[in-house]
Amino acid sequence: MRKFTALMTAVLLVAATAGCSFAAGAFKIGGTGPLTGGAAIYGNAAKNGAQIAVDEINAMGGIKFELRYEDDAHDAEKAVNAYNALKDWGMQLSLGSVTSKPCEATSAENFADRIFAITPSASAVAVTAGKDNVFQMCFVDPNQGSASAQYMVTKKLANKVAVIWKNDDVYSKGIHDTFIEKAKKVGLKVVSDTTFMDGQDTDFSVQLMDAQKKGADLVFLPMYYQHASLILAQAAGMGFAPKWFGVDGMDGILTMEGFDKSLAEGVMLLTPFNADSKDKRTANFVAKYKKAFGEIPNQFAADGYDCIYAYKQALEGAKAKPDMDRKALCTAMIAQFTTMKFSGVTGNNMTWGKDGAVTKDPKGMVIKNGAYVGLD
Amino acid sequence: MLKRYLNLKRGNARQIFFTYMAVIAAYVILQLMITAGVLSSLMRSMLVPICAYMVMAISLNLVVGVLGELSLGHAGFMSIGAFSGVSAAIILQGVLPYAPLRLAAAIIIGALFAAVAGFLIGIPVLRLKGDYLAIVTLAFGEIIKNIFNNFYMGIDSEGISMSMLTDKTRLLEGGRLIIAGPMGIGGIQKLSTFTAGFILTMVALVIVFNLVNSRSGRAFMAIRDDRIAAESVGMNITRYKMMAFVTSAALAGAAGCLFAMNYSTIVANKFDFNTSILVLVFVVLGGQGNMLGSIIAAAALTILPEKLRQFADYRMLLYAVVLIAVMLCKNNESVGEFVRRFAPRFLRSGRKEGKENG
Repeated sequence: MRKFTALMTAVLLVAATAGCSFAAGAFKIGGTGPLTGGAAIYGNAAKNGAQIAVDEINAMGGIKFELRYEDDAHDAEKAVNAYNALKDWGMQLSLGSVTSKPCEATSAENFADRIFAITPSASAVAVTAGKDNVFQMCFVDPNQGSASAQYMVTKKLANKVAVIWKNDDVYSKGIHDTFIEKAKKVGLKVVSDTTFMDGQDTDFSVQLMDAQKKGADLVFLPMYYQHASLILAQAAGMGFAPKWFGVDGMDGILTMEGFDKSLAEGVMLLTPFNADSKDKRTANFVAKYKKAFGEIPNQFAADGYDCIYAYKQALEGAKAKPDMDRKALCTAMIAQFTTMKFSGVTGNNMTWGKDGAVTKDPKGMVIKNGAYVGLD
Repeated sequence: MLKRYLNLKRGNARQIFFTYMAVIAAYVILQLMITAGVLSSLMRSMLVPICAYMVMAISLNLVVGVLGELSLGHAGFMSIGAFSGVSAAIILQGVLPYAPLRLAAAIIIGALFAAVAGFLIGIPVLRLKGDYLAIVTLAFGEIIKNIFNNFYMGIDSEGISMSMLTDKTRLLEGGRLIIAGPMGIGGIQKLSTFTAGFILTMVALVIVFNLVNSRSGRAFMAIRDDRIAAESVGMNITRYKMMAFVTSAALAGAAGCLFAMNYSTIVANKFDFNTSILVLVFVVLGGQGNMLGSIIAAAALTILPEKLRQFADYRMLLYAVVLIAVMLCKNNESVGEFVRRFAPRFLRSGRKEGKENG
């Protein structure tokens, strides 16, 4: 019993010290994302990227932001709870959720509550479908699939392509389906099309063997980097060395703990952000991110960073004040986002359609000497 | 009906009455708080999932606490109820425009599908006992999850079409793909309300209490306490086990439907092994066979991680610590004695008996 009392006292002490800061006259921006669990690298990256932008803008004078991220553990139920916690906090503008399915759930809430949202990275079409106040900073999934197929044909990367994908994952399936569709149209030959799912995601020998047997010279991996890292390691173990091609979920493989970076050598991926870019803003962002968090920012961080700057531009354009209510702010933001042109670290002259989808150019990247290098 | 419970000589009659009263009182107080506008959005958003988890806990308690069989795949039934119920609600959109009626129909259909699945799964599963039964239910839970991850169903002017593995539904213009494999169901109209959740919780309690206090209920407990003795007096063990299992599955299906209709999107992966274990934790924490305990545990453990949000990164760690502390306290005699001293008098006998049962 005494131990229990001691524990409770400790808990209360922690509670008392966990204070929060309030900036006067700041716009309250809230977002949910997986800060814990299997997808935590994305949530934390988006959060950190957004935080850097907020710090920069607050230091500039003029518009001030207050940012708060809540953990949703990549789960729709928890995301809605996190969203409501942010609402109680007084969130005026939202960053939606970082991952697709949770964002689909929170964007329905955004729509019902008339709180404007731009998600850094939730790429499913359903996130924005039918909601006039939800926008995306990243490409929608179908675009990634067809852009990848187009890129492979235009650059003549392969004759025979194998696809390995996760068939219980929305993201993976969305890209796979449009990739196959586009491949048929542009005459890309898909010789092997194999799947895996949760619980059977540690041994890929069957899928790799199939790709090898059918003579694939390029393997397309529309999945997140954790699985991709295992595939790369196992393929190296069996002496199968095709070209590897990933999508934006592959981003993050280089910062994964315990992963032998040499395995990712030569992996190509299509992503709108290039951390090696000579662009001044990108270099500044990468340097600050490295200093603050000790790693090279991935595309999610860049998307988070851009979201905040897009907000800044839109708020300045609308001459919005922090004391405006959510509804008025929402209407003003919709008007701004559908008309403005925004240049950030993930692309120049981005525009948004009324459906909330962004238009920007993807960049081909390749991993060389443990870092991303632009392909073009 | 109330009188019948009050006149029952059994000690737990009072506890049953108190359980009903507690649930009704909680509902009335929360409703008043909503009307007064003092309930935060976070709490308001958790009311329906809490109700769904309560029903899950009640239904699992019937199998684990009363029947004494460990089921590790209860989320599977929740999943069946969620998918069939939500699909039904979407299909019925034109036929039943009145939302509460459509929700009721969806919940009933979800419960029916889950009951059928419970019956089919029960045939092989209930021939086993103990650890074997637990492991097989776990396997069935995973099978259900994987089936829904590979299941496609759509509706168009020509009717409903289904396919497995890949989308071969070939819907006509204007058709709608309802279940889209791993993407689950999207664009769900949020029909679930707190009142619906409350009603479902009450219905679940009435069903379970009546079943437990009937001839069949006594048979369940006889089987739990001594299977061989029960068999020797001519009880049909499989029949009673099946009765409990199917009832439990149906209630889980109803809970799943209520849960799913509260979110705009639902995926099969939500109803995985972790969810089954979560519900089992409610049951164990609340006390096996103790329905009020399950209800309180379900509510407390759903709210707890949200209330710990201020601890940011240490949230889930603290959640685990609190869980361990509560489990230890619950099984500690001196703490139990301490709590009992402050418990209302009319609860004491009931609680004691509940403890002996568990």
